Amino acid sequence: MSLSRSDIDKIAYLARLELTEAEIPAYVDSLSRIIDFVGELESAQTAGIEPMAHPLPGLAQRLRADEVLETDRHEHYQRNAPQVEGGLYLVPKVIE
Amino acid sequence: MSALPIHRRTLTGLAKGLKRREFSSVEVTRSYLGRIAASQPDLNAFITVTGEAALAAAAVADARLASGQAGPLTGVPLAHKDIFCTEGVLTTCGSKMLANFVSPYDATLVARLRDAGTVMLGKVNMDEFAMGSSNETSHFGPVRNPWNTAMVPGGSSGGSAAAVAARIAPAATATDTGGSIRQPAALCGVTGIKPTYGRVSRYGMIAFASSLDQGGLITLSAEDAALLLGAIAGFDPRDSTSVDTPVPDYTATLGDSLEGLRIGLVRQFFDKGLDARCEAQIRAALAVYEKLGARLVEVDCPNLPLSVPTYYVVAPAECSSNLARFDGVRFGHRCADPKNLIDLYRRSRGEGFGAEVKRRIMTGTYVLSAGYYDAYYLKAQRVRQLISRDFAQAFTQADVLVGPTSPVPAFPLGSKTADPITMYLNDIYTIGANLAGLPGMSIPCGFVEGLPVGLQIVGPHFSEARMLNAAHRYQTETDWHLQLPAAYA
Repeated sequence: MSLSRSDIDKIAYLARLELTEAEIPAYVDSLSRIIDFVGELESAQTAGIEPMAHPLPGLAQRLRADEVLETDRHEHYQRNAPQVEGGLYLVPKVIE
Repeated sequence: MSALPIHRRTLTGLAKGLKRREFSSVEVTRSYLGRIAASQPDLNAFITVTGEAALAAAAVADARLASGQAGPLTGVPLAHKDIFCTEGVLTTCGSKMLANFVSPYDATLVARLRDAGTVMLGKVNMDEFAMGSSNETSHFGPVRNPWNTAMVPGGSSGGSAAAVAARIAPAATATDTGGSIRQPAALCGVTGIKPTYGRVSRYGMIAFASSLDQGGLITLSAEDAALLLGAIAGFDPRDSTSVDTPVPDYTATLGDSLEGLRIGLVRQFFDKGLDARCEAQIRAALAVYEKLGARLVEVDCPNLPLSVPTYYVVAPAECSSNLARFDGVRFGHRCADPKNLIDLYRRSRGEGFGAEVKRRIMTGTYVLSAGYYDAYYLKAQRVRQLISRDFAQAFTQADVLVGPTSPVPAFPLGSKTADPITMYLNDIYTIGANLAGLPGMSIPCGFVEGLPVGLQIVGPHFSEARMLNAAHRYQTETDWHLQLPAAYA
């Protein structure tokens, strides 16, 4: 299957990735080839086969009680934040 | 006879020497730090070297050794793949996105090894976010293969494998999502182990594809791997997929007899893609196993040829979700002067991620998008079930499966970067174990034109002790694992 430039634009937007003009043709080409390649799966006989949801048979996601186990370390964690004020993460204005 | 130089020793040998006070941890650590610095221009195996902290930790270890409070790993140095969070130390995951990220906490694996008394030498290079099979996607430049610096070391744990092969670290941690421990171990001529999914905690291990990722080790021998695996394996309440099952003493069964061991040769592992010269080395290794009393049986995994396309749906899908956390808001790269929130997300991510990571995020976004989910993602999860059943069936006839790790030895830098599919096919023999959650190893079994060949061992879930036993017995009959590149002798 061949993807178009507008397909790549749409996928990049959904993935929240800005691509440069120079990058786009390479992605049109390589993503088309990858989608073709994974298209081989179509030939597999999978009628009645359960999709595999966990790599270990018979195991499901473990749950725990909803209790506070961690201490508040937000100041420590915010040291890696690009922009913080008064303990809050700053982003560009969302509501005009 | 003069004593074996420090760097020529295995991790087990170093641990013994430290116990006998033949040398101190500070001496050992200093020796490796010197070798790291000398190798860096040629190999580029390290992203961060934590020399001062290492020497301080070594001094603490020496005090413990002197007072008789030492454990089996006290004072032994090692390197961590830069995918593992290390508190107060740069943790980049090989990406521009995290080029300035100083982790606020330790990964469980890192904490366990530190608590066991090991000394961290630094953080080793890797493919960006562990996406690559040649270590060429790292933001910090490619790692080179110590056997021939024109060649790649494999990936994504290329720094871990190159560091151990060049004896600039006696062991290194690593991760494996589709072969990222086993393939570089094979290409660099060292021992690699990817444990069963859920055996080693993923907490603090930066996520790529959560249903496939597993932390493990690259070492010089199966004996070293057994010693270290005992320290990192085990239940962790902080990883929701960690399995609560007892950790055996992996060193206790290393010497067990292989008499009667049923070794399965998966027909699909000896396909036309396998380099004939590599196959000859694999067959020679199988003859060693027969001499050790093992029996060879042919087994069939008919769906295995679909493992690479299955992986390239499942792994990118999970990667596109996992990497959504890099938004330029809480940590990581942020673009300059964002116009609005969408612009902040798009430019921060577009600038922060490299070409291969963007390709995988977009592949994942596509296969999960409306109208394609059933055709690609659900279909791949069904085929994954078939592949898993093939392995389960194979293990009714065989105790372990043995075959090649990689279809070819190390290839030249730049030779496979133009076409992603060519690169993806390097992992054709390793991906199956990840899809089925199985443990796998690679051990050195010979050379082709001066480049190492790896022998892969895959076992049933939680059969690490048996695999390590099989690997160790082979390593007592052969010395491929003790060969070292002339430039690093």
